[in-house]
Amino acid sequence: MWDGEAAGAALPVVLEGFGITLLATVLGFAVAAVLGLALAVVERAGPRWVAVPLRGAAGFVRSTPLLVQLFAAWVLVPKLDALALGVLVLGVHYATYLSEVYRTGIDAVPRGQWEACTALSLPRRRVWRAVVLPQAVRNVLPPLGNYAVSLFKETPLLSVITVHEMVHEANAFGSTHFAYLESFTLAGAVFLLASWPTSLLVRRLEARLAH
Amino acid sequence: MPTEDPAVRFERVTKRYGDHTVLDALDLEVGRGERVTLIGPSGSGKTTILRLLMTLERVTDGVIHVDGEPYSHMPGRKPGTLVPASERRLAERRRRIGMVFQQFNLFPHMSVLENVVEAPVHVLGESREEAERTARDLLDLVGLGDKVDARPTRLSGGQQQRVAIARALAMRPGILLLDEVTSALDPELVAEVLDVLRDVARGTDITLLCVTHEMGFARDVSDRILMFDRGRVVESGPASELLESPAHERTRAFLGTVR
Repeated sequence: MWDGEAAGAALPVVLEGFGITLLATVLGFAVAAVLGLALAVVERAGPRWVAVPLRGAAGFVRSTPLLVQLFAAWVLVPKLDALALGVLVLGVHYATYLSEVYRTGIDAVPRGQWEACTALSLPRRRVWRAVVLPQAVRNVLPPLGNYAVSLFKETPLLSVITVHEMVHEANAFGSTHFAYLESFTLAGAVFLLASWPTSLLVRRLEARLAH
Repeated sequence: MPTEDPAVRFERVTKRYGDHTVLDALDLEVGRGERVTLIGPSGSGKTTILRLLMTLERVTDGVIHVDGEPYSHMPGRKPGTLVPASERRLAERRRRIGMVFQQFNLFPHMSVLENVVEAPVHVLGESREEAERTARDLLDLVGLGDKVDARPTRLSGGQQQRVAIARALAMRPGILLLDEVTSALDPELVAEVLDVLRDVARGTDITLLCVTHEMGFARDVSDRILMFDRGRVVESGPASELLESPAHERTRAFLGTVR
């Protein structure tokens, strides 16, 4: 049954793992946010010979499991540090989803905005940077937030390539002290405590942007 | 450049969308500094003329000239031939034309001042101080000197449209296109916008092309009115003449509907 002492011993270990989890989330989402935006813009504004193969590659990444991608990267790029590799795979995987999100945001910018840019002779680059993307990103802040939460919850997968994130640490503690119940319960509680308020925040943001 | 070149010349310009012909081999000239108003039923091709000039649409056939040079086209490789203008060439040449839209199309995420400053800084290469000074003057001119820091969405439709006018003027266009600029406004806000435009017309030598249903405004500012129907000019003449004693039955019928 529940062992308070074991739980007390597990907590610092789990929290240390949480540091790595948080780091992987922030870095992974940063990669996804930037790469996803680049993908969306290239698909809309880039030359066809770049846009078409990129769309194919993104579709491929989207339709294969993250777990398989992690293993594949682990085998193919053995030299890279596990955390760095995990962050990159996570980032690329989510970039393919975020590019779709950005794309709906870009499409939601009214045609009149583009026409005003033409009437003012703004250069293309400036149109994207100053007019279209600020509005497009604003349009999709809530779904971006939701994807951040879901990326956060997928970080335990990184344990399969030996990243010492929270669930990996909980598992290790569980096996050495035979206290799986305590360590995994704590890890679950930390996930809940972190993602629950974040989703509430996203929902409030959504409500605020709605009017 | 010889001054006798018209500001705008349409040479047998045709615009088709699929099977639908909006403009049919249209010939049209607008003199430099001339104020021309296009009237006619909706779908008659008036707005298309403005959109072609702003390069929001491309001609199907024919050539548009601006200031005596081909505008929709450029010289081809073979001497004496014309090919459709490249995007780069259009980008260079559309600067001399400005446009105010029915729906204002202000940038909602920028302040009023930023809206007006954006193009002079990033297209004309003006310094920020210089551009802001001009912008403030223009916003004073349109009666919004106290709204420089406001977001466009906080303003009434009439105020937004006046910002849009200031924004267009900040690029110092030689030709200004006004596309039904009061059609989206509540009736009580129409006057403030038209008053500003009357001031602009009086105070500058800008070439004006307007599409409007405001016949009073058309009479006040236009040198000439063109009556359109089905992509062709039905009748053209000095404002007072055409509005008082239209020669054409089609014009009479149309004026009957807007009065």
